[in-house]
Amino acid sequence: MTAIQIDSVEKSYKGFKALKGVSLSIEQGEFFGLLGPNGAGKTTLISCIAGLIRPDVGSVRIHGHDVVKDFRAARMALGVVPQELVFDPFFTVRETLRLQSGYFGLKNNDKWIDEVMENLDLTAKADVNMRALSGGMKRRVLVAQALVHKPPVIVLDEPTAGVDVELRQTLWKFISRLNREGHTVVLTTHYLEEAQAMCQRVAMLKTGNVVALDTMSQLLRRVSGSSLIVHLKQGTLPEGLRHLVAHDEHDDASKPDGKGNKYTLRVNEYGEVEHILARLRESGAEIDEMQLQQADLEDIFIQIMEGAPIR
Amino acid sequence: MNFFSVGFRTLFYKEILRFWKVATQTIAAPIVTSMLYLLIFGHVLEGRVQMLEGVDYTAFLIPGLVMMSVLQNAFANSSSSLIQSKITGNLVFILLPPLSHWEILSAYVTASIVRGLSVGLGVFVITAWFAHLSFTFPLWIIVFALLGAAILGAMGVIAGIWAEKFDQLAAFQNFLIMPATFLAGVFYSIKKLPPFWLAVSHFNPFFYMIDGFRYGFFGKSDVSPWTSLAIVAVFFVVLAGVAINMLRRGYKLRH
Repeated sequence: MTAIQIDSVEKSYKGFKALKGVSLSIEQGEFFGLLGPNGAGKTTLISCIAGLIRPDVGSVRIHGHDVVKDFRAARMALGVVPQELVFDPFFTVRETLRLQSGYFGLKNNDKWIDEVMENLDLTAKADVNMRALSGGMKRRVLVAQALVHKPPVIVLDEPTAGVDVELRQTLWKFISRLNREGHTVVLTTHYLEEAQAMCQRVAMLKTGNVVALDTMSQLLRRVSGSSLIVHLKQGTLPEGLRHLVAHDEHDDASKPDGKGNKYTLRVNEYGEVEHILARLRESGAEIDEMQLQQADLEDIFIQIMEGAPIR
Repeated sequence: MNFFSVGFRTLFYKEILRFWKVATQTIAAPIVTSMLYLLIFGHVLEGRVQMLEGVDYTAFLIPGLVMMSVLQNAFANSSSSLIQSKITGNLVFILLPPLSHWEILSAYVTASIVRGLSVGLGVFVITAWFAHLSFTFPLWIIVFALLGAAILGAMGVIAGIWAEKFDQLAAFQNFLIMPATFLAGVFYSIKKLPPFWLAVSHFNPFFYMIDGFRYGFFGKSDVSPWTSLAIVAVFFVVLAGVAINMLRRGYKLRH
């Protein structure tokens, strides 16, 4: 079953095209990552999904319901955690959650509200006014508000931006549980290690276009190799290995750092490590430290955003 | 369209709770302001002018002040709630759920009616001690109070959606609502005005709300209460239509 169907969505603001024909299909039960740099169009796309922004062209469906024409059914199926830390200063945490529940047509929802608060460590703050909460606590309430009607599709727009480790762990534990129970989760985040750990499939947006769409395992396989970081006690990198020096944001690490000679070398196969070590030995270089670093989502992200070919 | 849906009732309750939590500012303060108007104008003008035949000036003034309080506070409720929610960003909590534009409008307007009538009742209870008031046609009092509050509630929704900052809302309130209310015969009968301003007053819908409301007390008015009712009803339908259209289109709400 398709949880979110996005077809050729375009959106412009005063001549600036924020989305240029985005099409995506997210299946029920998926943990899906929507990644991209600032200004890529992630929040615009999420706003289209949530019905906060109306696309100029194209359509969005939640569980088959058009978010504009059949907005009631579409919104009932959707819970959105907005990126901005917004709250209503008039109410306590419990009042906020009861009101949000009522907007979704749910009366006597206290049992689930209590469970959500418990899972997000909000119970102790239930009767505290929203104004008195820390930023992290307000973020938890935002998450709780999105979950108050048990939506089958949950969209989290940078839910861990600026929050402490404890909340991250609490949040991911709860969200993972909901995902295991069958809820679809769409996540945007700048913390790529979070996306790598949580998401089964990822779309990368760049200037309003989808530039990559694949499962996490396929994406990780597509990256061009791993990195071998060598720290030489004495000697320098032989000429024959210079072509392996990484040319990315780690460039600084590929140059001597003053304390010794530290190099980051790209390796496509593990067999190349043996070759590198042999060359270093031949040149008389002495290795102080060595680390083989597996390519991760961040490497892929950087390559894709820089427009480098992905193998 | 279900005016009694859980969604509507929740938004209505939220709007009531919002103004009730700051009742000193939203209920008590306007009552005190109206009381001051009565003390000052009543003291200065009582016995010197007569606006309606056989009606003391203070008695004439009280329904005007009550209605002015109803109107201004009904407007303040919906407009301030919306602009605050827009500026702080928490309007998203209303826009994300499956609330229809009818539910949103009716919740904001009915909450505005409750706030307007609460303040109006408070003003009446305090000021009624200062004059002998009759209740010739109580039904007219209720009808005009309800319609007047509903109109200003709808107008508040329009202003709250239209305004992008507090400054713009203040301009709407100070340059439109306040003059229209003050020049609608709260403090005087428009029959006392020169012909030009008398004619101008007939284009002010607020005049019909106050004149009709006052008719309910004294059985006397500047124009027929039926004329006032027709004009006020049409005005409400037009404003509610504009507000519902803005909500349906997502004007300045859903970009």
